Amino acid sequence: MYYVAGVDVGSTQTKAVLMDENRRIAGRALTHTGANVVKAAERAFDLLLEETGVQRSDVIYIVGTGYGRYKVTFGDTQITEILCHARGANFVFPGTRTVIDIGGQDTKGIKIDSRGEVLDFAMNDKCAAGTGRFLEAAAATMGLSLAEIGEVSLRGQDGIHITNVCTVFVESEILSHLAWGRKREDILRAVHYSIARRSVSLLRRVGLDAEITFTGGVSRNQGMVAALQDVLGMPVNVSDDSHYMGAIGAAVFAYERAGTLSERALAAADWQEGR
Amino acid sequence: MSMSIVAGIDVGSRSTKAVLLDAASRVIARSETETGAFLAEAAERAFNQVLAEAGLSRADVAYIASTGWGRYQVAFRHIQITDITCHARGAIHLFPGTRTVLDIGAQNTRAIRVEANGRVKAFRVNNRCAAGAGRFLERVARAMELGLEEIGPVSLRSQTTTPISSVCAVLAESEVINLVSHEARVEDILSGVHDSLTDRIVSLVRQMGAVEPEITLTGGVSRNVGMVHALETRLGLPLNISPEAEYAGAIGAALLGHLRLAKRAEAQAAAGLPAPVG
Repeated sequence: MYYVAGVDVGSTQTKAVLMDENRRIAGRALTHTGANVVKAAERAFDLLLEETGVQRSDVIYIVGTGYGRYKVTFGDTQITEILCHARGANFVFPGTRTVIDIGGQDTKGIKIDSRGEVLDFAMNDKCAAGTGRFLEAAAATMGLSLAEIGEVSLRGQDGIHITNVCTVFVESEILSHLAWGRKREDILRAVHYSIARRSVSLLRRVGLDAEITFTGGVSRNQGMVAALQDVLGMPVNVSDDSHYMGAIGAAVFAYERAGTLSERALAAADWQEGR
Repeated sequence: MSMSIVAGIDVGSRSTKAVLLDAASRVIARSETETGAFLAEAAERAFNQVLAEAGLSRADVAYIASTGWGRYQVAFRHIQITDITCHARGAIHLFPGTRTVLDIGAQNTRAIRVEANGRVKAFRVNNRCAAGAGRFLERVARAMELGLEEIGPVSLRSQTTTPISSVCAVLAESEVINLVSHEARVEDILSGVHDSLTDRIVSLVRQMGAVEPEITLTGGVSRNVGMVHALETRLGLPLNISPEAEYAGAIGAALLGHLRLAKRAEAQAAAGLPAPVG
């Protein structure tokens, strides 16, 4: 049995996915990226091998992606996260035509075809508004963890409107809502809707063809999923793997490249047997 | 004498400043407190502190003018005045030759062109985004685990500046962490941070046309020597910085309060009413 891997080095977390020779996902690993990006990539990959019990030598091809993809020093090649998210979304949800990827530091809208090839994309990476960092700041301002805020926001009522775009200004806006005695869940609901509206306007630049698949770390936030669906007026595909989509896409690319390698190896073996 | 004591209260996004002025427009007391989430309470706190500092009671203060981000939350104010007007007036009071005011606060940077009488001719504010304001420095300081007061002096030790490419205050934080992990020198990164903020501020000033001296720096960031150095180098001009630079908004508010009080007394005298009691 041989394997391939995809390693997605994001600004906040590094994800690694193992794929077997039957093109099935064989394992996942996740670690905080932290300050040392090279070490984060190694850590995620070591964790992946440890959890699956697979030998390093059985992994015949590795693709690095994400903002730190050039730091995957053990990778065979690097592929941009746009291509990998597209391919990953296509692998998990073959009906995907639009991908919304909300990561720690950027948001992307990607239009893809039935094979998972990228047709167009739009991206915000100049400003933290509408990214995971925005949610982190909101959570910190309210003294909650990033994991909690989505659920809390689902209990909120309509009525508050976040007027600022800038993450720094929104922190103050949240503080003044708190000072006015507004409920945390209502404020958080407004924060989630504010990001949803920004994301949808980014998506409109590439078109809003169904099915829409939500990827990236923020897709684990149930409040964000609900707000996006409400603003879009249609359902979005989300799976437990949404967050690994970039790494899955990288593994799919690794599989395709390794396929040609192993075919060569098999042909060579056949030739030897036949002799 | 207590009749003509006025107070100026500047409720900023980071700190709240209060000053008391006597009849001769001299600052007789000042106070500063962290604003926090409760603006009305911060204003109350700053006012009580400044009264204690002067050994006066509320009844001794004839007029109270508020300014700053939270000026509408000062429940005991007689009037609220915009930050632009107050900083212009305060800067002219501190340095009569001022023609350009640069007020660098935590959330907003304001470039103001003023006339000799303190009247505002033009202004520019960053009001959509915190890039170019003091919060940028706060977040970087926090990311580098340094105190806000340390980063300016440290940046001055730099020999070769490490440029910072992020404009966004939040994204710059991650960039700085990455630079540290790639073993860039702390002083070089901080020099790049101050240069980056300077780029944003100078472009705000230049939106009003050629920079007219004298330039007076107000707001909390005026205490940062690294920022002062970077701005002076880029502008090619010296900056006026008063030890009271941080109180310029509150002083301006109090001065305008004085004018208002005098006008009210005049109007009441003209109507044949007794002079108002503080």
